[in-house]
Amino acid sequence: MKAESDKTLVNSGPYTLGEIREGTPCCEPVPHLQVRNLSVAYGQQSVLDNVSLDIFQGCITALIGPSGCGKTSFLSSLNKLIELAPAARLSGQVLFDGQELLGAPVDVLTLRRRIGMIFQKPNPFPLSIQRNLELPLKEHGVRDKQLRAHKIETALRDVGLWDEVADRLQASALSLSGGQQQRLCIARALVLEPEILLMDEPCSALDPIAAAVVEELIQRLRGRYTVVIVTHNLAQARRVANYAAFFWMKERVGKLIEFGQCQQLFETPGHALTAAYVSGASG
Amino acid sequence: MAKRGLEDASTAAGTIAERLFTLLVWGAAALVVAMLLWVLGDVLVMGLSHLSWEFIVAAPEDAGRRGGIGPILVSTLLILLVALAAAVPLGLAVAVWLAEFTRRGGRFANSIRLTLDVLAGVPSIVYGLFGNAFFSLYLGLGFSLLAGGLTLACMILPVFIRTCEAGLSMVNNDWRRGALALGMSRTSAIWHILLPAAAPAIVAGLILGIGRATAETAALIFTSGYVDRMPGSLLDSGRALAVHIYDLSMNVSGGDGAAYASALILIGLIVVLNTLAQWLAERWLSRRILNS
Ligand SMILES: Nc1ncnc2c1ncn2[C@@H]1O[C@H](COP(=O)(O)OP(=O)(O)O)[C@@H](O)[C@H]1O
Ligand SMILES: [Mg+2]
Repeated sequence: MKAESDKTLVNSGPYTLGEIREGTPCCEPVPHLQVRNLSVAYGQQSVLDNVSLDIFQGCITALIGPSGCGKTSFLSSLNKLIELAPAARLSGQVLFDGQELLGAPVDVLTLRRRIGMIFQKPNPFPLSIQRNLELPLKEHGVRDKQLRAHKIETALRDVGLWDEVADRLQASALSLSGGQQQRLCIARALVLEPEILLMDEPCSALDPIAAAVVEELIQRLRGRYTVVIVTHNLAQARRVANYAAFFWMKERVGKLIEFGQCQQLFETPGHALTAAYVSGASG
Repeated sequence: MAKRGLEDASTAAGTIAERLFTLLVWGAAALVVAMLLWVLGDVLVMGLSHLSWEFIVAAPEDAGRRGGIGPILVSTLLILLVALAAAVPLGLAVAVWLAEFTRRGGRFANSIRLTLDVLAGVPSIVYGLFGNAFFSLYLGLGFSLLAGGLTLACMILPVFIRTCEAGLSMVNNDWRRGALALGMSRTSAIWHILLPAAAPAIVAGLILGIGRATAETAALIFTSGYVDRMPGSLLDSGRALAVHIYDLSMNVSGGDGAAYASALILIGLIVVLNTLAQWLAERWLSRRILNS
C-alpha cells in the first residue's frame, strides 16, 4: 500500500527521489495512458470527437495529421494544460496508470511533474540557465542545494548540453541558440524525473541540424520515458515512433482515423485516408 | 516619366512635400526641447545663486525668505515613502489580479479598468478634498504626513495599476504555459517569472508615480498641511516641497529666490529618486534572474 501512495495524484508533497526507472523495454505493450472516448470542445465548437487509444509505456507514440485536427488539444488534455483555455470542455476518460484524470479531482501540479511537456517554440524562462532548472526543482520541494546541483548536471548531461554550458550556467538562457534552448526545455522537464513526455512538434521551429540533434535525443529517451510526439514530419515519425496515431478532420471535427504500430500504419495502412496521407497525396 | 529609376524619387512635387514634412517634425521636436531647456535654464540661473548646503539643511525663517528647506525636504520624503509603501504592494496586487485572474472581456474586470482610467484623469484637487474628508476627518488622521501620503497613494494608484497590468499582459504567454506545464503553481509562476519579466513596465509605472507625487501640491494642502517645522512623527503635519514653492511664489513677497532654489532641488530630487527606483528594480530583477 505504501508503494501505491506515492503514486497517487491527490496527495502532493515533495516527490520521492528514486533511481531513474529503467522502464519496461519498449514495445512490450503495457498501457501507461488509456484514453477512452475523449471528446474536446471549445465552447460550442467541437474539435475532437470520441478518441480512444492506448499510450504504451517506454514507447514513442507519434501523432500525425493535418493542422487544426486537434493534436495539440489531445496532447494538452493528457496533462490537463488544456484547462488554461476557459472555454475548453472535455468528456470521456483518461487513465494514467489506471487512475482517472478527467472526472476525479486531481492534483495537477503533481500530475504535470509526472507528465512533462515540450512545446513547438522553445520557451526557456528569461532567467539564467541554472535557474531555469532550479526553479521547477525548488517548486517540487527539492530543498538540498547539492542534490539540486547534481540533478541539474544529470539533466543537462542527458540532453547533451552539459559540455556546452557547464562554464556559463549563470548566463541568460535566452543567449542560447534555438536548438540549445529546446534541449534546455527538455532538460527542464527531465530534471523533474517525469514518467511521460508530451512533445508538441518539438523540432519544427528548429533548423535542420538542430532538429536532427533533438530527434536523436528523443530516440535516446525511448525505454526510460513514455513519449508522445506530435510531428508534421512523416519521415521523422517513421524514424522515431513505435506507434502512430493518424488524426483527420471530418466535417471540421478532428477524429482518430487509425492507430497502430508505426511500421504497419505507414506500410500497410488500414484506411484509405491514412494511405493517402502517408503517401503524401493529401493533407 | 518613361523610366522610373531610383533618381525619380527626387521629382519636384515629392521633394517639396517631403522637405516640408521633415521640417515640420524637426521643428516640432526642437520647439519642445527648447521649451524644456528654457524652463530648466530659468530655474538654474535663478536658483543656483540662492543654493547652498546651508539652504538644504537649515530650517526656513521669515516665511521662507531666509533660512533653508531642511524640514520640508524631510516631510516631502516621508510623504513619498508613505505613498509608495501603500501604493506599490496594493497596486501590484490589483494589477496581478486584473492581468492573471480575470477572464478576457469579463464585465466586472472591465468596469474596474474603466473606473481606474476615469480616476487617473481626476484633477488632484479632488483627491485633496477626498483625502481631507476621508483620511483627515473620518479616520481622524488630521493634517498629517500619513494623511498626505495616503492621499497621494490614491492619486498615483490608477496609473500605476494600469501600467503594471499592461506590462504583465505583454509577457510572453509561452512562459506562462511553460511554468504551468512544469507543475509550478500559479503563484510561483507569477512571482518568479511573470513579475520579473514585467519589471520594465513596473519601473515605468513607479517613475510616473514618483514624478507625480513629488510635484503634487493641490492634494497635499488639505491633507498634510502647511506647517514648516521638522515633523516628529508621521502624525505631524508637514509641508511638502511643492507646497513650499507654491507658497513662496504666491504668498511671500521677496521669496522668489528661495522658490527657484527649492524648484531646483525638487527637479534634482525627482532625478535622484527615479535613478534610485531604476537601480533598485534592476538589482531585484537580476537577483531573481540569477540565483536566490
Ligand atoms: N484555446 C482555444 N479556443 C478556441 N479554439 C481553439 C483553441 N485552441 C485550439 N482551438 C481550435 O481547435 C482546433 C484544433 O486545434 P489544435 O488542437 O491546435 O490542432 P492541431 O494541433 O492539430 O493543429 C482548431 O480549429 C483551433 O482553432
Ligand atoms: Mg498543434
